[in-house]
Amino acid sequence: MSRFKLVFVGLAFLGMAAFPAVAGSYGVDFVTKVMVYAIFALSLELLVGTTGLVCFGQAAFFGIGAYAVVLLSPQSDAASVYCLLPAAVACAAFFALLVGFLSLRTKGAYFIMVTLAFAQMAYYVVHDTPLGGGTDGIYLMFKPLLGAWLDLDKPLALYGFTWACLLGVFGFLALLNRSRFGRALAGIRVNEQRMRATGFSTYPYKLAAFVLSGAIAGLAGFLFAVKDGFVNPELMSWHLSGAVLIMIILGGLGHLRGALVGAFAFALLQDFFKSEAVFGSMAKHWHLGLGLSIIASVVLLPSGLVGLPQQIRARLTGRSQTHGVDDAST
Amino acid sequence: MLRGHNITRRWGGLVALNQVSLALRQGSVHAVIGTNGAGKSTLINILSGEIAPSEGTVELLGQDVTRWTQPRRARAGLGRSYQRNTIYASFSVLENCRLAAQAMHQKPWHWWRSAAHCVISTAIAAEVAERVGLSALLTRPAGLLSHGQKRQLEIAMCLATQPQVLLLDEPLAGMGAEETERMLTLLDALKPHHAILLVEHDMDAVFRIADEVTVMVNGAVIATNTPAAVRLNPLVQAAYLGEH
Repeated sequence: MSRFKLVFVGLAFLGMAAFPAVAGSYGVDFVTKVMVYAIFALSLELLVGTTGLVCFGQAAFFGIGAYAVVLLSPQSDAASVYCLLPAAVACAAFFALLVGFLSLRTKGAYFIMVTLAFAQMAYYVVHDTPLGGGTDGIYLMFKPLLGAWLDLDKPLALYGFTWACLLGVFGFLALLNRSRFGRALAGIRVNEQRMRATGFSTYPYKLAAFVLSGAIAGLAGFLFAVKDGFVNPELMSWHLSGAVLIMIILGGLGHLRGALVGAFAFALLQDFFKSEAVFGSMAKHWHLGLGLSIIASVVLLPSGLVGLPQQIRARLTGRSQTHGVDDAST
Repeated sequence: MLRGHNITRRWGGLVALNQVSLALRQGSVHAVIGTNGAGKSTLINILSGEIAPSEGTVELLGQDVTRWTQPRRARAGLGRSYQRNTIYASFSVLENCRLAAQAMHQKPWHWWRSAAHCVISTAIAAEVAERVGLSALLTRPAGLLSHGQKRQLEIAMCLATQPQVLLLDEPLAGMGAEETERMLTLLDALKPHHAILLVEHDMDAVFRIADEVTVMVNGAVIATNTPAAVRLNPLVQAAYLGEH
């Protein structure tokens, strides 16, 4: 990792750690939500940015992680995070294993459609059956406890726990990308045919990446359910799969910090266009403003927000920007 | 070391390869020539395991590998290069070679250790880069190499898997005279240690380096012999060399 990237990531995490000291309850809640989105975006970055697999059903794993929290929690008492978290992650990972096992036999547009189809199947299971509480969703009666000393019902405790999870996931993926496994995934993204000719059986690599990605999305789902105390089928909808894809594109594909930046940018844009103080009655059409701004950013920032400094530097020095994915980059 | 026996490949009603047999020996270059559409690339794809034959068998080092996947054949000692560059443009020269070398030392569960710290892969990568003459460019992104250097890197990536058999699909394509000369010198140096199948359109290069030449027309072999004998074969002259 270059010094600039290391400093950027370090400052970002320090900033997030210090944020509750200067922010009110709304700010803490907002950044907690964004950190959950960032973990979710990192899960998809592993598939799209690192491995080159464009999955359009990521929300299913997120939703399964969230639903597992509610469905596996006792009705009369708080569950332990030590049991509930692994269970939620395992449920999401298991579903990812099933989906990946079948969908990774397809490629390109077919892969996108198959993953979407599986996600929609999961969506309709919770939407149309008593299991998921239908469109009304289900409430989480008691938020889980992390031992006797950390109650995730308290916003600051949840903020700290989410921050630690984000740091853990980011660090894990940064190590993974540099490892032999990560380099093999990068090779698969660039030229799978060549990887096979070299001696790599690519299917197990892709399946492992898919399951890992599902597990991380499940972790994000767990945190989301604990934060909101409520789950509904929208957590598995294709809208959310699309939103998380937009986050990583907005931030910059192929960069872990792009997922971080993209999640913040997306959430800020969403809040901005929803603001009645700024847009008055037009705020209810916030999708339009968000969509236009995303189109504009994709057109003007082909390498995403993380590519902006390089783009400015290239403009100032009068050189054309050199393209190419910065492999295994943070 | 590699033997194809009566290989046939049909695409619907089209017979792309018809009863093709050939054998590669260590220390020799076996060239396959033919006009476009003669079936040379289909042959190389079948031998490497990229596509399955409709009929026939492939033997590698005495083992029937017809039903083996391409990665398994590669790990068993079969290296191949492609007509078009398949290098990883954003990786450095060393990283390209190391990734190829890593195929023989995969250990994907070592997720906490940087690939750059894999001593064996890195040593092999540096060695093969030196063998093909790219040792001065180890840190250069592969996308910034000249065309000839990219083709050299292709060969280096093949060598990094430590193969005994090399299947080279038009390694001289698009090269200038100087680059061609450099590549031929490299192939000459590789010859004693490998069995090489060379698919190539540059006839001067083929007749200079090959020990045996197979001529294909419309998916069938019309001649297999030494370069001198092939040159004099009237069937070959009529079908191919005469046009040249």
